[in-house]
Amino acid sequence: MNLRNRRKTINVIALGLSLGAMAFGLFWLIWILWMVFEQGIGALSLSLLTLDTPAPGNAGGLRNAIFGSFIMVGLAMAMATPVAILAGIYLAEYGRNTWLGNVTRFVNDILLSAPSIVIGLFVYAIYVAQVGKFSGLSGALALALLVIPVVVRTTEDMLALVPNALREAAFALGAPKWKVIMLVTLRSAKTGVITGILLALARISGETAPLLFTALSNQFWSADLSEPMANLPVTIFKFAMSPFTDWQQLAWAGVFIITMGVLFLNILARVVFRQQSAQH
Amino acid sequence: MIRGAPGRGSGASFRALRDNGKNLLTESVMSQSQAKGQFGDALFFNLTRTVAFITLALLAGIVLSLTWSALPSIQKFGFSFLTSSAWNPPADDFGALVPIYGTIVTSIIALLIALPISFGIALFLTEMAPAWLRRPLGIAIELLAGIPSIVYGIWGLLVFAPIFGQYVQPFIAKTLGKLPLIGTLFSGPSLGIGILAAGIILAIMIIPFIASVMRDVFELVPPMLKESCYGLGGTTWEVVSKVVLPYTRVGVIGGVMLGLGRALGETMAVTFVIGNASLIGSFSLFMPGNSITSALANEFAEATPGLYTAALVELGLILFVITFIVLSLSKLLLRSLEKQSGGSAH
Repeated sequence: MNLRNRRKTINVIALGLSLGAMAFGLFWLIWILWMVFEQGIGALSLSLLTLDTPAPGNAGGLRNAIFGSFIMVGLAMAMATPVAILAGIYLAEYGRNTWLGNVTRFVNDILLSAPSIVIGLFVYAIYVAQVGKFSGLSGALALALLVIPVVVRTTEDMLALVPNALREAAFALGAPKWKVIMLVTLRSAKTGVITGILLALARISGETAPLLFTALSNQFWSADLSEPMANLPVTIFKFAMSPFTDWQQLAWAGVFIITMGVLFLNILARVVFRQQSAQH
Repeated sequence: MIRGAPGRGSGASFRALRDNGKNLLTESVMSQSQAKGQFGDALFFNLTRTVAFITLALLAGIVLSLTWSALPSIQKFGFSFLTSSAWNPPADDFGALVPIYGTIVTSIIALLIALPISFGIALFLTEMAPAWLRRPLGIAIELLAGIPSIVYGIWGLLVFAPIFGQYVQPFIAKTLGKLPLIGTLFSGPSLGIGILAAGIILAIMIIPFIASVMRDVFELVPPMLKESCYGLGGTTWEVVSKVVLPYTRVGVIGGVMLGLGRALGETMAVTFVIGNASLIGSFSLFMPGNSITSALANEFAEATPGLYTAALVELGLILFVITFIVLSLSKLLLRSLEKQSGGSAH
């Protein structure tokens, strides 16, 4: 085989393998989604929304778990979003080259990928262990700590994209810096910031590990934030690991709901972001 | 500063010329609003700075509070905690060796599988795929990265593990298991669940992460460099192996470390399939085991306060320190690539 043919053969083999890798990756995606659809749709029924989680062998649904998840996720977003946006503003507008800015940026990036179960442990140590019982509020707190790095990161990135001419124009009109940021910079980066919030929402909607020893779970309906609170991920965990097929069915239904929700939020974030890019 | 400019310098000469009440009025309003602006500025600046500082304090808070809670265990076992394989709650005897072993081995398996696959995917997306396919496929990979780990976990336990135990494991035992040295890794009963299964599920989970970072990094290569290689008659593979990879080496390693960080800290996907056995029976990857995260997920909520809880918290602390180091390295590597190419890898 001459050199030219050998090079061509190597190229074809390499590209063939790369095509194979792509197919391999998509194979799992399609298989997983297919099973979620097949098992999930089979387990869907109206009673999911009207009945609470049952004892094994009884009819039941996921009403309390869905409700609890909504409450905790909503509370977490409400607690974390303002804080995270302000921190993002600091990083982008004040702290670009200060030591505090640089260190915070670095730490934030680490926290972004830190194991979520450690965040659960942290909230357990500073809150649950002190109060002495698991509670919905501590679950929301743990989720909030997971939201912060995501929103800080996207807020900073989006503010950095705003052209400086816009800031200078506002300064030239005599506006103080905080007004420039709140009324001009932040406003023009609004959709980007919303994208970050949606991504954070998608991330915490399926988080299980940080809830295991904060919110725990609750087999019954409870809206009391100082009590253990039912939530979808932990319920799925408990039901899927059980030997009872009716519990496993409910777990699949829960997985279906979460997967659809998360995919929807991710796609929504993309659509919103594309609108932002189209504006600029 | 810009904010004081309109009222002061140029205004002074005008004031001398037109000394009337109207001007005095604007002057006083101006300085009043200026003072308000300055006060607002100071307030806003300090507010955002405090909040940024809180983010920073969070990290210190995590390390300190975990260390504090783990103190009983640290004091009792000291350094031997890392080397002991005991895990006996009734006797209050704990060691981290089994979970650390499980965490590291599953992560290594995951990396071994995910690395070549992600590289192939990134190569396909940047160099091979027709333009109309790049976006949708890229989005599909990113969506795969967004699926919560509990979905991988339940799929792994209820769908993958039975098939894996029935068909794949006996096949591996018959082929790889017969080899001299590595044979012991692939021996034992085909249970489906176990360390190998956990590693594979982890691989499936981190492929999208690594692949999308690699793709972003590959796209940083200046087209000029690639085109000059093509212009010299290089094949696509030669362009990738001799131009793209050397140029992006640091970033690729950073992306891999990011994936490793994910794998080390992943909880649900592992907990479902690893089998949760706190012992090292043999070195077979078919055997059930335990990782740091699965030990925490399974035992923490039921652990009795005292030494048991402290030992589990210490496991969490060890995990946090390991992932912190891995992620820091990943960040530094990715950042140095960004600086080199003057762009942004995001």
